[in-house]
Amino acid sequence: MPIAFAIIAALTVVSAVAAMSLRNLVHCALCLAVAFAGLAALYLQLGAPFAGWAQVLVYIGAVAILIVFAILLTRSDAPSQPTFSRSWIVGVAVALVVFVILARAISSSSPVHNISEAPERPEPTIKAIGNQLMTRYILPLEAMGLLLTAATIGAVIIAMREPKPADAERKQNPS
Amino acid sequence: MTPLHYYLLLSALIFCIGLAGALARRNAILVLVGIELMLNAANLNFIAFWRYLPADAAVTGLMFVIFSIAVAAAEAAVGLALIISIYRHYKTVNLDKVDSLKG
Repeated sequence: MPIAFAIIAALTVVSAVAAMSLRNLVHCALCLAVAFAGLAALYLQLGAPFAGWAQVLVYIGAVAILIVFAILLTRSDAPSQPTFSRSWIVGVAVALVVFVILARAISSSSPVHNISEAPERPEPTIKAIGNQLMTRYILPLEAMGLLLTAATIGAVIIAMREPKPADAERKQNPS
Repeated sequence: MTPLHYYLLLSALIFCIGLAGALARRNAILVLVGIELMLNAANLNFIAFWRYLPADAAVTGLMFVIFSIAVAAAEAAVGLALIISIYRHYKTVNLDKVDSLKG
């Protein structure tokens, strides 16, 4: 196993576990950003720089910051739950079972095991990606634009402050 | 170079960490974080298979990842807006307390 892969993989897994298990929510969000950075490094290592930098821009730059904002906006003083509740044990057990099944499937499939060398291939340039996006994948691209627009408008409308019942009544019969 | 199944195992591990978090944590924001981790694990699989398997088109796997990142961004925005709206109604984001539809 190459040393770079081992270091990045360990960093990613440790920070993902920390993001899911720490008690302080802001620490969780920061660990999540580190896990996203590790995944971006893996993309770069796999020869996909465009996807890697898109990951940095979208996930670290937007999603992690959005999550920090949401945590700060919804901070409450409610007493935190005990760490080892019943749902905790059930959730971890289900995830363990899923992991064992997946790992067995991966390690027992011979086609996957015979591949240890990636075929020599020139890295796709940004120009090639743009060409493909504008020709073969033009319809998905348009649908994606529509989806993003709808999601933005929807998010703003959902999160908009709704009028209080008292205000609405006052508006209906001003006296 | 790293064999393909190391990437697949790493991706499965990240998926299961996200799954455990989404099932075990009771904070709505952390459930969303778990779902994001699961989406990222799927993206890693796409890139790994794209890199290691011979493909007829040069950038197919990359396109999957790019579109998947865009969908995940839209999902995160709507999800967090919903959580903020829930917080405004119930003054909590604990999923055990948001049970008005429970019979």
